[in-house]
Amino acid sequence: MTTVTTSPSAPVSAALDKTVVVSWKAPIAFAVFTVLAAVLFLAAGSHGEATFKLSQANDVIQLPDVTLSSEVTSWVCVVLMAAITVVSALLVRAKRKVGIWLVVLFAAIFLIGFLTWAAAGSRTPVIPLPGLLAGALSLSVPLIFGSLCGVISERVGVVNIAIEGQLLAGAFTSAVVASAVGNAIMGPALGMIAASISGVLVAFVLAAFSIKYYVDQVIVGVVLNVLVLGLTSFLFSQVLAPNAAVLNSPPRLERLPIPLLSEIPLIGPMFFRQTIIVYLMYIAVAVVYIGLFHTRWGLRLRSVGEHPQAADTVGINVTGTRFWNVSLAGAIAGLGGAFFTLGSVGAFNKEMTAGAGFIALAAVIFGQWDPIKATLAALLFGFASNLQNTLGVIGSPVPSEFMLMLPYLITILAVAGFVGKVRGPAAAGKPYIKS
Amino acid sequence: MKLELRGITKRFGSLVANDHIDLTVEAGEIHSLLGENGAGKSTLMNVLYGLYQADEGEILLDDVVQHFTGPGDAMKSGIGMVHQHFMLIPVFTVAENVMLGHESTKAGGFLDLQSARAKVREISDRFGFDVDPDALVDDLPVGVQQRVEIIKALSRDAKVLVFDEPTAVLTPQETDELMAIMRQLRESGTAIVFITHKLREVREVADRITVVRLGKVVGEASPTASNAELASLMVGRAVELTVQKDPAKLGEPALVVDGLTVIDHIGQLVVNDVSFEVRRGEILAVAGVQGNGQTELTEALLGLQPRVQGSISLDGDELTGASVRKILDAGVGFVPEDRNEDGLVGEFSIAENLMLDRSNSAPFVKAGNVQRGALEQFATEKVAEFDVRTPGIDTKVGRLSGGNQQKVVLARELSRDLRLLVAAQPTRGVDVGSIEFIHKRIVAARDAGVPVVVVSTELDEVTALADRIMVMYRGRIVGIVPGDTPRDVLGLMMAGEVPAEGAAA
Repeated sequence: MTTVTTSPSAPVSAALDKTVVVSWKAPIAFAVFTVLAAVLFLAAGSHGEATFKLSQANDVIQLPDVTLSSEVTSWVCVVLMAAITVVSALLVRAKRKVGIWLVVLFAAIFLIGFLTWAAAGSRTPVIPLPGLLAGALSLSVPLIFGSLCGVISERVGVVNIAIEGQLLAGAFTSAVVASAVGNAIMGPALGMIAASISGVLVAFVLAAFSIKYYVDQVIVGVVLNVLVLGLTSFLFSQVLAPNAAVLNSPPRLERLPIPLLSEIPLIGPMFFRQTIIVYLMYIAVAVVYIGLFHTRWGLRLRSVGEHPQAADTVGINVTGTRFWNVSLAGAIAGLGGAFFTLGSVGAFNKEMTAGAGFIALAAVIFGQWDPIKATLAALLFGFASNLQNTLGVIGSPVPSEFMLMLPYLITILAVAGFVGKVRGPAAAGKPYIKS
Repeated sequence: MKLELRGITKRFGSLVANDHIDLTVEAGEIHSLLGENGAGKSTLMNVLYGLYQADEGEILLDDVVQHFTGPGDAMKSGIGMVHQHFMLIPVFTVAENVMLGHESTKAGGFLDLQSARAKVREISDRFGFDVDPDALVDDLPVGVQQRVEIIKALSRDAKVLVFDEPTAVLTPQETDELMAIMRQLRESGTAIVFITHKLREVREVADRITVVRLGKVVGEASPTASNAELASLMVGRAVELTVQKDPAKLGEPALVVDGLTVIDHIGQLVVNDVSFEVRRGEILAVAGVQGNGQTELTEALLGLQPRVQGSISLDGDELTGASVRKILDAGVGFVPEDRNEDGLVGEFSIAENLMLDRSNSAPFVKAGNVQRGALEQFATEKVAEFDVRTPGIDTKVGRLSGGNQQKVVLARELSRDLRLLVAAQPTRGVDVGSIEFIHKRIVAARDAGVPVVVVSTELDEVTALADRIMVMYRGRIVGIVPGDTPRDVLGLMMAGEVPAEGAAA
């Protein structure tokens, strides 16, 4: 006879039995978009061809243009999208996960179909891809700076709604300082420093109220946004507008193409034919990422945002850590603000950030509080914005009012639809009150 | 290292949490600090650890007066603490948690994880802990998490180690292992302060015992003292440690649970194919270490869990999938495990809390208006009946002690016509006097013919109340055994081991 023996001590594994919570979200979303695409591309189909330019005139390496027939591309895309929808439905029925790669593939196919359809129906059926991408990066720059600010603040436990205000303060200050200095090199340099300082000043207010006085962080953030908006608008109309030549005509940053790298087809012009502030952004993303996950600074910062009491009991100064890191985050956002005036427009305008801070906040969440993923999310939002610009320029049949919604629509879909439940830093938004 | 506390006094407003407490702990000694919840033990240790500043008194280490402005100072002086609620960051690995606050770094501030891992392995091997330095703390069972806390303290060369209610979350076997670890630490010359309210553990491991009550040292006791002596010293009067109850008069099966499975949001089967029944006039106690599905089981019974399979029926009526309102109307009384989270609204008065579940109809609400008169009369009656110690029925519930809060919850649930009572951790954080009272009321409900499900992680409570005991482990039923099953058998079952001679009853 054999006897059944049970293990003498508790089993090693702590895992429970698992089943898959099936979610029909992905197949349903795919189906909706497939139907949309079918209606758009096939029923309201455009005729003719769309040309994708892959190189600019002055590039060293010239890639040939790609020309796609609208009808054929539309059919191929719709069929492929339908196939992916079916695959995802089968996956869910088999209780398996719909991988992110499938979502990316679907989105890419939809995008190709959409671009072809939109371009073919336009006055000039040509999509300048390098310009589209480079412009997308430009629009993403302040979003990326803003989302880095958000990542640091939230990781240390302070919800920062004031990114918008910090961007705006940075934009205003950098314009004024750079104009006042005037010098083509020193002006923008000092402007960027001033922008960071103004971002820090806004952060000081947020930090002081939320960390020292336990005021609700969301409320402080919202109030700060309104305050900065009011202050800059007031100063703009009272001081800047009458003295525009002295105070609001900053020298713009020069583009500094990086030799060799800037000649890589498609990617080169996008990433390496940019201004100094964009290169600073690359460095900032890398530094924040490495810093957060591989250094003492990051370990302590994250511990304070996850479980401040635990951090306190090992001798970490919770209040100080929060205060200085929120300030640092403010400096980053302020620098992002300088891009509006010094890197892009060349002058300060009322309300010129136009919600970028809030999109950055969405990128933080969509990017799951990770600097790299948040950067990718910001790039996606930037791309959506620039797509709208480009389609407007080539005279696409899509109403421009509709296209204006696009970046925000994508933001909502991205954050609400595909993120679902993600866990942020456990103590974000909660003041640490020592008895 | 010798630790001495002299005349420590700590006040919170008008409350004196510690009143001139003296305590001396020698190196190589386990000194137990025994007292009820709220006696001021944890406050005292937080003063020692630098989390609170004492209003009076001083702390001496090897006869040198210390001034701690924060936990960092206390740690540098060689004081380590194993907190009741672990001070670990769930999303960090073991090594990261151990190094946090005194990280060894390479050039440029980069973390030197290698040396942290080596440190964890070294301490882990010395005490036979078997802890993986790269495991995420969140994935570890609580017993192992506690070892991480101990490693954390030892990695800072702690010479005085404070254990704050360390056994609250452990199985009896894990508790035995912890006792062995504490003895091992004692042999190596560590001074240990062991804070607890469990008499059994004190007598087993302590060299000396200091008893505190209401913030004062009320006496020293020797580990040879009897349970009754220690209990009366702790409470200040003689207490009944056992519950008087007559044999159960069993009626028809009332609650029938069949194949119940609860799935959480990430797809884990937190309750896994559970079937049992409870008869009228019977107490079924659900035993198990915290986090083995008991919480989710009680929530499923009340209709609070969204993903439930299987069937729950009460007196033949199917309750699966019904709304909470409908389940309450079917006569289910529910004492939630965390009264402050789910049982009471702290900012509401006692009277308002007593009518929380009856806010939709007469007699307390007519035509949308709260009937103040009826409510006051009802609340006054219940406060008297359940011996709630309060200045009045308009006192905010948040200002009451844990025991009195729990009596308010019990008063509300027991004042309806019940067909089932579900009580989760009915005496957690409750003083000994109130425990007696609450247990009597639960037994009274059972004697009145109500089927009762009691969930408790305290074996003493389980064996005191149960007519039958159901042990849960990892969401499954290990077995359903008679109420007089010995503790060691229950302990093994709580670790997942099926009892040898088949599940009775």
